[in-house]
Amino acid sequence: MDGSFLTIDINSFITEPIAHEFMRKAILISILITSVCGLLSSFLTLKGWALMGDAVSHAVMPGVVVAYALGVPLSIGAFVFGVGSVALIGFIKHKSRIKEDTVIGLVFTGFFALGIVLISKITSEIDLMHILYGTPLGIPLSDVKQTIFISFLVVLLLSIFRKDLMLYCFDPRHAKTIGINVSFLHYLLLTCLSLAAVVGLQAVGIVLVVAMLITPGATAYLLTDKFDELSIISVLSSIISSLIGIYLSYWLDIAPGGSIVLVQTFIFLFAFLFAPRYGIFKVKQLLSSSK
Amino acid sequence: MKSMEFEKYRIEAENICVDYNGKVALYDATLRLKAGQICGLVGMNGAGKTTFFNALTGFVNLSKGKIRINGETLKTSQKDQAVAYVPQNEGIDADFPVNVWDIVMMGRYGSMNIFRSPRESDIQAVKNAIERVDLVDYSFTPIGNLSGGQRKRTFLARAIAQRASILLLDEPFAGVDIRTEKLISELFIQFKKEGKTILLSTHDMIHVREFCDLVLLINKTVVAYGDTSEVFTPENITSTFGGMSPDFLFGPES
Repeated sequence: MDGSFLTIDINSFITEPIAHEFMRKAILISILITSVCGLLSSFLTLKGWALMGDAVSHAVMPGVVVAYALGVPLSIGAFVFGVGSVALIGFIKHKSRIKEDTVIGLVFTGFFALGIVLISKITSEIDLMHILYGTPLGIPLSDVKQTIFISFLVVLLLSIFRKDLMLYCFDPRHAKTIGINVSFLHYLLLTCLSLAAVVGLQAVGIVLVVAMLITPGATAYLLTDKFDELSIISVLSSIISSLIGIYLSYWLDIAPGGSIVLVQTFIFLFAFLFAPRYGIFKVKQLLSSSK
Repeated sequence: MKSMEFEKYRIEAENICVDYNGKVALYDATLRLKAGQICGLVGMNGAGKTTFFNALTGFVNLSKGKIRINGETLKTSQKDQAVAYVPQNEGIDADFPVNVWDIVMMGRYGSMNIFRSPRESDIQAVKNAIERVDLVDYSFTPIGNLSGGQRKRTFLARAIAQRASILLLDEPFAGVDIRTEKLISELFIQFKKEGKTILLSTHDMIHVREFCDLVLLINKTVVAYGDTSEVFTPENITSTFGGMSPDFLFGPES
């Protein structure tokens, strides 16, 4: 790089990283994973489940460790603990006077702590840092297959039940009134969340998968009033973030997970300031022109 | 003979009780409504009006009692699209990215395939419903850009598109403009002629006298029920509202 980042020409800026096989793999996997999280994000934003996304992605950690120790696919362990944590949240909320946000915080930190303890006791082969911060450049091939399978499964489920899920987020009482199985949709969304959390944590880690599940949906929410566009923008911004993020991580030698999420955050800030209808500058214009 | 008697009622709720975590919201409430009847549901905030609606839509489970809709169980009536619920304006997320057309189309979901892809008949039903509530010019307006009255009309159109025989309306006249109020009252007359049954909750005593054949006064349980002219007396209203006089609650004009 000759120590000079600015003088390299644009052609080699783009082609040099993809000359490496591990970089091509990292880019494709990152795009796949962030797209799935982005698609799910559009539903979580509308359902008001940002905190639930946070909770589930942390709560899957002990499941990952137990699955590793038992030699079963990590996704199964993650799924059991992800859905289990939400069931527990529902149970405690229902049976006590504690408010929901407190219950969520309480349960997911408990699960997370259990994960840390299990890692320290059961196995030293799982690197805690990998689970927390992800390893998009070094996902083993068996995990790649699993990641692809889970990603397609989630996209398939979200596509089939797309309109029902939208109705469930918007007006669950109407859904129930016309005979749609609301608790099925509830658990379907949770299942997808747990599955997305487990594929996401392999790429960017538990801490940052939360951002991938929240930020793209929030960005899209500022840019459109149409449900279909919301999902499309959410997925597009996720893909763009992955590409830019991975390239930045290569050229600036920074952590790829953090870099991807940071780009997502910048895209959000851009929308927050300049969105045609809901950006803060637009709001100011409307206020001053109405005077 | 008994089942014949039974089929005459659109709504039959018998001694229903609902509690949330052991806290009683509604107990021993009974209501029977026939086709073409309009019934007002009147009570204080927290008297169980919303709970009553929730019970009739199946949104909460009964801890006791029984509900029959058109002589069928709730599950069957849901599958038959028999009941439509028109929410209070406050109960709607006005920032949700949907427009009038999308919302009215939701009324057809129960009759569609699993992908909810509209057929020609669904599109026609949505068009007609939007025409009936006079929102054709706003068909593709996002819900956030509608006035309170237009929002109300949108959800009424959804109920029309659903072709339900029973309409449950939560505060249909709250926060709407004069034009919407007039349109809703005209629709009520049409619904009545079509044999639909309407149960509406309201805070407005004038509307009860104007539209409702029957009135159900509740305060956790039924305080009084019957023909509006007989039941809607100052004494009954006062006892429904925990001893406060209706003048104090609604102003002297009511």
